[in-house]
Amino acid sequence: MAHRWGMVVDLDKCTGCEACVTACHAENNIPTAGAVEAGRGRAMHWLRVERYWEGDFPDVKVKFKPVMCQHCDNAPCEAVCPTYASHQTDEGLNAQVYNRCIGTRYCANACSYNVRFFNFFNPQWEKPLHLQLNPDVSVREVGVMEKCTFCVQRIKSGKTAAKADGRELQDGDIQPACVQSCPAGAIIFGDLNDPESRAARLTHSPRGTKLLEDEGTEPKVTYLQRQSWNEPDTQ
Amino acid sequence: MNRTRNNPLADDLVRPLLHTSVWFYGAVLVLASIVACGAAAWGYQLWYGMGVAGVNWPVFWGFYETNFVFWIGISHAGTLISAILRLVNARWRRPVTRCAEVITAFALMIGAIFPIIHLGKPWLFFWVAPYPSARELWPNFRSPLVWDFFAINTYLIGSLLFLILPMIPDFALIRDRTTGLRQRIYGTLALGWQGTTTQWHRLEAAMQIMAVAIIPVAVSVHTIVSFDFSMAHVPMWHSTIFGPYFVAGAIFSGIAALIIAMAALRRMLNLHAYLHPLHFDNLAKLLLLMSLLWGYFVFSERLTVWYGNQPSEMAVFWATQRGAFAPFYWTMVFCNFIVPVSVLSFRRLRTLPGIVLVSCGVLVGMWFERFLIIVPGLSTKQLPYSWGTYTPQPPEIVIMVATFAAMALLYTLFSKFVPIISIWEMKVGNQPHPPLPADEAEEQQSLWRARP
Repeated sequence: MAHRWGMVVDLDKCTGCEACVTACHAENNIPTAGAVEAGRGRAMHWLRVERYWEGDFPDVKVKFKPVMCQHCDNAPCEAVCPTYASHQTDEGLNAQVYNRCIGTRYCANACSYNVRFFNFFNPQWEKPLHLQLNPDVSVREVGVMEKCTFCVQRIKSGKTAAKADGRELQDGDIQPACVQSCPAGAIIFGDLNDPESRAARLTHSPRGTKLLEDEGTEPKVTYLQRQSWNEPDTQ
Repeated sequence: MNRTRNNPLADDLVRPLLHTSVWFYGAVLVLASIVACGAAAWGYQLWYGMGVAGVNWPVFWGFYETNFVFWIGISHAGTLISAILRLVNARWRRPVTRCAEVITAFALMIGAIFPIIHLGKPWLFFWVAPYPSARELWPNFRSPLVWDFFAINTYLIGSLLFLILPMIPDFALIRDRTTGLRQRIYGTLALGWQGTTTQWHRLEAAMQIMAVAIIPVAVSVHTIVSFDFSMAHVPMWHSTIFGPYFVAGAIFSGIAALIIAMAALRRMLNLHAYLHPLHFDNLAKLLLLMSLLWGYFVFSERLTVWYGNQPSEMAVFWATQRGAFAPFYWTMVFCNFIVPVSVLSFRRLRTLPGIVLVSCGVLVGMWFERFLIIVPGLSTKQLPYSWGTYTPQPPEIVIMVATFAAMALLYTLFSKFVPIISIWEMKVGNQPHPPLPADEAEEQQSLWRARP
């Protein structure tokens, strides 16, 4: 059976340290925009940690939510792309083919999660970051869209390594950069078609929710979260 | 043949083609330099990247798309109005049709440039066309942008045919009145027109077919442009009313543009004898009708959103109603509804300067309408963390100004090389000089008085 890659993010474990964001930038050759351009909305973070506050100071609760491409089964970005640059692979990845992209940015508008990014300029890295580019990942040029790939290069090399060793791919063989770097172990990646994989089991957890579920996009990322409700005011 | 005939009508209308004033050269020079500035701004954007424009994450579409929708809207002035007036055989249409059809052709050409300018890789724009290529990939027919490509091209080809067909007898007339190079050029354009009965019959038949065919095309074009927005699940974009709402707005802004163009032609080419106050009065009544229709659409759209009370849509609703976009929203309501309805409803206020002023306001209001449909929805999408804002940058503004200059330039050049009023249609008209509204009013008054 074909793989169907999915992810689970345990919000009860997330501390908001942003190690995943840094790892994602390093792994995927994501350019740094610089302070000025970031202020103008040109920062690119394939993975971002959204922060939400509840309550008034000093009784403040902060919630962190790492948001990356949700790799929707019913992806709004795919239908609107005129050139098939955004399309679904056989393994359920929502792929972006950079060489097909002509930069209409329609996919970014259609995406409810705002997880697609446009190369407003040719990519640049502040020194010495330019010396640590990952040779497994192509650098995107000006005028094309890009977004989280679930580290497709790691999926490929994981499968190749398993084949070279003559064994079946095991759950946990493939770890995207964010999964590998999370100190709390809050992000779990795996094959949703393998009922024994950790990701597949946690997807069905009673704590599980999907982001903007009522949009009907059918994401392959599940968020785990203790279901909380306000204590009834008895006093 | 015609050269010997005493024909004041043809004399008047061919005169601008044969005599050039200094003003013409001055206007062309000024307008062409503004257009050149726009081209330079686009070159600057191509060189440095889309980042020199104001679009950003999450407002990925801004001024370019606004102008795209605005200009495609303006294009509905012509062909659609002219086709309807032809079909209902409105006699007063005769001096108006060509001025209107030219607007369509040029506004479409200008509007169609914007989707190319806004691309990240404009040099690859032809990838939305289906052609057998080495990539072995057709365009994605599910994408509204591909629908746009077909709709706009169909409308452009249809409008050009609709414009050029009735120009043939006029080209023949100019051919017969000129000598030398001019005669050769207009002779070629006249396609061997001799004015035989068969030729006239074929021309009339072709115009009837085109008039019927172009109306559904025009309606479909702006519906498909509206689908660019209503197909995406962006708050206040995803609306079933957008098709008719966009078409109504397009005709509304189109009539306003036509009135302004006609007033300018009347003044500059001295066409007072052909473009009567009656024409402006009739168009003003149409403008009033469209203003009421537009107001109705806006009311229906916003009432249903407000009553539905969905959080993501309400964020956009209040941003336009009383938030950051409120000044633009209320300017739009003022220019598109309050002013036209309160001025054009009264015969005494429906004077030529009044009508032109209202039309200018309508263009401003309709431009804001397009802007307010596109940008606020993107700046406040579903996840509040990703809310953003948009400020236009110099290249976007320069290119926008340049397109207005391009429209004026193309119009000036066109009226220099082609009679802007269809000479033969004027001749065909039983009543080339429609009665002035003043006479009409007097006549009606006397009729009323005659009653017991």
